[in-house]
Amino acid sequence: MDLSSINPILLLASLMVAATPVLFAALGELIVERAGVLNLGVEGMMITGAVAGFIVAVETGSPTMGFIGAAVAGALLSMLFALLTQVFLANQVASGLALTLFGLGLSALLGQGYVGVKPPSTPKLDLGMLTDLPVIGRILFVHDAMVYVGLLLAVAIWFFLARTRAGLILRAVGENHDAAHALGYKVVRIRFAAIAFGGACAGLGGAYLSLVRVPQWTEGMTAGIGWISLALVVFASWKPGRVVMGAYLFGGVNVLQLNLQAAGAAIPVEYLAMSPYLITIIVLVIMSADRSRAPASLGRPFHASH
Amino acid sequence: MGTPLLTLSGLTKAYPGVVANDDVSFDIQPGEVHALLGENGAGKSTLVKMIYGLVSPDSGRMALNGAPYTPASPNAARAAGVAMVFQHFSLFDALTVAENVALGMDNPPSTGELASKIRSVSDAYGLPLDPHRTVGDLSAGERQRVEIIRCLLQDPKLLIMDEPTSVLTPQEVEILFRTLRKLSAEGTAILYISHKLEEIRALCDNATILRLGKKVATCIPAQKTAAELAEMMVGSSLTPPKRVSQVSEEVALHVSGLNLAPAQAFGTSLRDITLTLHKGEVLGIGGVAGNGQDELLAALSGERLCAPSQIMLDGRPVGNLGPAQRRKMGLLAAPEERLGHAAVPDMSLTENALMTGVTRQGLAKGGWINWAATKGFAERVIHQFDVRTPGPHVAARALSGGNLQKFVIGREVLQAPHVLVVNQPTWGVDASAAAAIRQALLDLAAKGAAIICISQDLDELMEISDRFAALNEGRLTHARPAAGLTIEEIGLMMGGAHGMEAAHV
Repeated sequence: MDLSSINPILLLASLMVAATPVLFAALGELIVERAGVLNLGVEGMMITGAVAGFIVAVETGSPTMGFIGAAVAGALLSMLFALLTQVFLANQVASGLALTLFGLGLSALLGQGYVGVKPPSTPKLDLGMLTDLPVIGRILFVHDAMVYVGLLLAVAIWFFLARTRAGLILRAVGENHDAAHALGYKVVRIRFAAIAFGGACAGLGGAYLSLVRVPQWTEGMTAGIGWISLALVVFASWKPGRVVMGAYLFGGVNVLQLNLQAAGAAIPVEYLAMSPYLITIIVLVIMSADRSRAPASLGRPFHASH
Repeated sequence: MGTPLLTLSGLTKAYPGVVANDDVSFDIQPGEVHALLGENGAGKSTLVKMIYGLVSPDSGRMALNGAPYTPASPNAARAAGVAMVFQHFSLFDALTVAENVALGMDNPPSTGELASKIRSVSDAYGLPLDPHRTVGDLSAGERQRVEIIRCLLQDPKLLIMDEPTSVLTPQEVEILFRTLRKLSAEGTAILYISHKLEEIRALCDNATILRLGKKVATCIPAQKTAAELAEMMVGSSLTPPKRVSQVSEEVALHVSGLNLAPAQAFGTSLRDITLTLHKGEVLGIGGVAGNGQDELLAALSGERLCAPSQIMLDGRPVGNLGPAQRRKMGLLAAPEERLGHAAVPDMSLTENALMTGVTRQGLAKGGWINWAATKGFAERVIHQFDVRTPGPHVAARALSGGNLQKFVIGREVLQAPHVLVVNQPTWGVDASAAAAIRQALLDLAAKGAAIICISQDLDELMEISDRFAALNEGRLTHARPAAGLTIEEIGLMMGGAHGMEAAHV
């Protein structure tokens, strides 16, 4: 094994790229779950976003349009889930699983003509002076805009939940939907909005995979990232800061194990491949031991008649 | 008198199969404390939901200060000056007091400003409250203060209170009444819903009495006796339960030094519970909700386990045995929550009868259920406890609260327990069904069974208990003979006014 072939600066830089899809999907799901809805369809919305973003980017030649398309596609798909669970009061777990299966199938169908096609490349953000900083500049300031959008989104969500009235109402709906209804808040409408936001974020995460991280379209390319995002939200105790930590940890271990594989480490590839999932979950389980509570109405159906 | 604050004329609201309100009319004057009296299911809640904009009437009109009043939503009602304190608290456990208050306001000020406003209003009305505490950690009395202050900050013209005292200690009730009288003196009208007659006699200027959705009478409560009010509510006279106390020297159940951590967040720890229960005795356990009642029932029934010798049944250690084994030995329990804990809502009464009766009634052999015997058992419960239902095939969910409660209690009583533990046996049950349940418990005790009755209804406990103890923050007071206890003594046993001292700091 040749550890010297691993460049720490490059490793740290690619960590940020590897973490971004998980970060987007998990932040979206965090908002959904804070509103009291459990959407297990993250994987399905991600892969739909991945293929939709890819197609739009290839057809228009613009990665920006691709990301917008991915967000719209993810949100649209999530509306199916919202309709089933909020209007027809279907079981959220079953509907979420169905959404994942549906998304995987739909994306395979849509993406048939796009296998092997190269997408337009997403430009790095020109940060001028910052990029020229030694070491730091080459780790932090060499990325495309979406990496920073993800981090800004985490800050915005924290601010939204902790400081704004709309965020308070969202938390209230997730905490006790009957009480929120009794106070005159539109529980179903608020949850629709949260689910749409979650879908859009999952779509962006998916598109980041197909347009930047890989970048090409392969069937089933999300490979469980949607599920790890779901787990991340729970183990991060529904806190945006911890979601960022978890996503970066996952990205970091993932990049490290890929590098170790390339360097020919004497550990079987299977163990290396499972390590990001394992380590992320173990660390987050330890961190979530502080008795943080799930939103009290999480996963419970709401019906306004009583 | 001048223009009434609120005029209701001919309000009618029907739900499929039931007319909740039928042509109800009355007026409320500014500054008046108006009682709305009636049994469960008389239509009180539906009526106030219409006033608060949660439900719209099928026909009839409302007028506020002479102008037509048709609130489309609670927001509209609040904007018009109508505020409501709910029976089941509409609070958010994980949020702070200030956040809860902000959610009930249409244009809340900034957090800091709101916190100081909460402090000043709560001090002005004698309801001390720290705006930064998490609501899940507050006592029931303090939680109600949050609701009241949320309403007061809106400067309401009419304050609706739905069964506000059911969760309060007598001392806390006194504080609440002082606050309400002060509000009324300032010109705020109060619509006060309760079925506690003495409270209404002490507090209210006028009363409207509903029965089966119809207004049956209006009166000035102070001029009537509680018995007269009860008769107007029920429509017939009630006989209080008879009892012949035959407490024996023999110990049926002994609990010593029982400590138990809560099973869930915002639960209560049981701390050093010690009690002795004799054969033929009814031990009443009072206390404000959330002081360990559910946890105590779980520990006694066997849902939560402890060290074997901490609970001794007829001299044998049972602390480490589960519910089925304890049932076999004669320790039975009926929990508070009817739908979901005491009964499975979507299963039939026969199936529900099987759930607890299987061992003592021998309803299953070698893993096979004897359905004929089970049905017979369910029919005996239905017959002997006058459960109004078409038959044992009906789902538990379909029964009214009172009827299901009679079934749940009857199911245990008919299994001839040595020790029966009941939690809130008559909660949300109409007066005649409650009297029947209490009588059944007393009859059971007269036959030599020992009974622990956990309840928040002090009148009930005084009526049936030989001895009385109170739960306060998971601790059980020493049991004292119930005869001769004054309401002040009981209040102090329950912990006085919760959180008053803490909140002054």
